[in-house]
Amino acid sequence: MNAIEIINISKTYKSKTKTITALNNISLEIKEGELFGLIGPDGAGKSSLFRILATVLLPDVGSAKILNYDVIKNFKNIRKLIGYMPGRFSLYQDLSVEENLKFFATIFETTIEENYDLISDIYKQIEPFKNRRAGKLSGGMKQKLALSCALIHKPKILLLDEPTTGVDPVSRKEFWEILKKLKSQGITILVSTPYMDEANLCDRIALIQNGKILDVDLPENIVNKFDKDIFSVASDNMFLLLNDLRNYSHTLSCFAFGDSHHLVIERNKADENLLIQYLSRHKNLSVKKIEPTIEDCFMQMLQSEN
Amino acid sequence: MTTPAEKDIVIKVENLTKRFGDFTAVNQISFEVNKGEIFGFLGANGAGKTTAMKMLIGILNPTSGKANVAGFDIYNQPEQIKRNIGYMSQKFSLYEDLTIAENINFFGGIYGLNDDEIKFKSEELLTKLNFHAIKNNLVSSLPLGWKQKLAFSLAIFHSPKIVFLDEPTSGVDPITRRQFWDLIYEASHNGITVFVTTHYMDEAEYCNRISIMVDGEIKALDSPKELKNNFQIDSIDDIFYLLARKAKRIE
Ligand SMILES: Nc1ncnc2c1ncn2[C@@H]1O[C@H](COP(=O)(O)OP(=O)(O)OP(=O)(O)O)[C@@H](O)[C@H]1O
Ligand SMILES: [Mg+2]
Repeated sequence: MNAIEIINISKTYKSKTKTITALNNISLEIKEGELFGLIGPDGAGKSSLFRILATVLLPDVGSAKILNYDVIKNFKNIRKLIGYMPGRFSLYQDLSVEENLKFFATIFETTIEENYDLISDIYKQIEPFKNRRAGKLSGGMKQKLALSCALIHKPKILLLDEPTTGVDPVSRKEFWEILKKLKSQGITILVSTPYMDEANLCDRIALIQNGKILDVDLPENIVNKFDKDIFSVASDNMFLLLNDLRNYSHTLSCFAFGDSHHLVIERNKADENLLIQYLSRHKNLSVKKIEPTIEDCFMQMLQSEN
Repeated sequence: MTTPAEKDIVIKVENLTKRFGDFTAVNQISFEVNKGEIFGFLGANGAGKTTAMKMLIGILNPTSGKANVAGFDIYNQPEQIKRNIGYMSQKFSLYEDLTIAENINFFGGIYGLNDDEIKFKSEELLTKLNFHAIKNNLVSSLPLGWKQKLAFSLAIFHSPKIVFLDEPTSGVDPITRRQFWDLIYEASHNGITVFVTTHYMDEAEYCNRISIMVDGEIKALDSPKELKNNFQIDSIDDIFYLLARKAKRIE
């Protein structure tokens, strides 16, 4: 069965001077127990979609169902089934960490104790500060509290809008361990993220931009569809190297990727030897043909869209 | 503290500490940053990065310790510091309901530039960002990447010696994130020192030196290359993991 069904949804925001299309005829089916990722830049429309599913925003056109309940007609049923973590902080800044959590437990008629197991991995990290007001937590600590609050009533469906933005790399790993655990308990999870490495951890992903879905597939299939060649290149002078690579005649794009640059060119237009020749003025040069990452694929897609 | 002897040290911090009640958020940190350097200030959530940064830009009083920023003492000369540094928080600090041109004028005014200077510099900026045609558009109507460029350009509008950036790329798409680093490189090339926090470990590689903070203390500080040599680990991600996993802070 599908846990979430989105059918031809459009949403525009109108102001006096202009109209912004946040969602442009979006359709999507998410299976029960699936861990589904929405990958896309800020402003792509992800948050509008989350708000519609969380029944706090009405679509202009189209419909959506969560566990067969309609987001417009049956919004009361839906609210009990979902845990929603909005992108912007949803916390009461003047309440303490513990009071925030208690508050969310109470409105869903449960207690912290009853579902402590579900949140303990993430809540443990901020529990030492449980008497501190939420407003005084660091950015990443606020994210951890907001997630604990979304989970406290053991929802069947979790809607997480950029839960790991501002979260440090160690906590991000732990965070995804927790999502995997929740999934194994049968919870359906829809999560958006700007971190491309997290896309690999989803069962399926949708790439979304300018209110449109560019592609929906398994992460490995997205990578397999990439039809260009890609090289990882490094030298002693990375700044100069980037310029040289961008000026290379076959270059489609070149961007820094940590300790190397990734060069994208059309299939079979060059090989390692040709590149080494072209870059002969560089010292400690290394050129390797590599498999693309999701980040490479996504960047290529963004560029060809623009 | 005497002014740093070597001219090219623009931030000098000694045993800087901040306590909130019984809780020590920043615990006796010491380090120096050189002129023109891109200094990455990394650390786990709650490690104390933002707190340390607020003390360095003169908006939060330290509990103890010393710091000299752009040649000025953080206790006695916070006003001079503010005139000589730029700051950009994650929220960009732009006025969304003002136009691009109005934002430029407004910030020029805050930084104490006179009308002629503002006029000259805003022409220069509009040209550089290619914003002439849209200068009367509201900032709220701009794509995120453009806002970010404008916010950064305004943070360095008054040609500060140092610019402090607190997670400037959090939540940003991969292309915009890299374009932002182009701006950082350019600023550094023009002699502006860059002090930046990030949770993207690939961005750590773009810094000349990085520090890794855990539970209020600096646990490692070096160039990315030297750190990898010293730890015998070939990715910053893994070094960060090794250090930050040991965090065990309790109240
Ligand atoms: N005004 C305050 N009162 C009490 N505690 C505070 C206050 N400001 C910050 N803290 C605490 O100090 C610690 C460090 O916070 P800080 O914001 O500096 O962390 P950070 O390294 O910037 O983290 P992040 O990566 O999540 O942004 C946290 O435990 C935070 O809750
Ligand atoms: Mg911070």
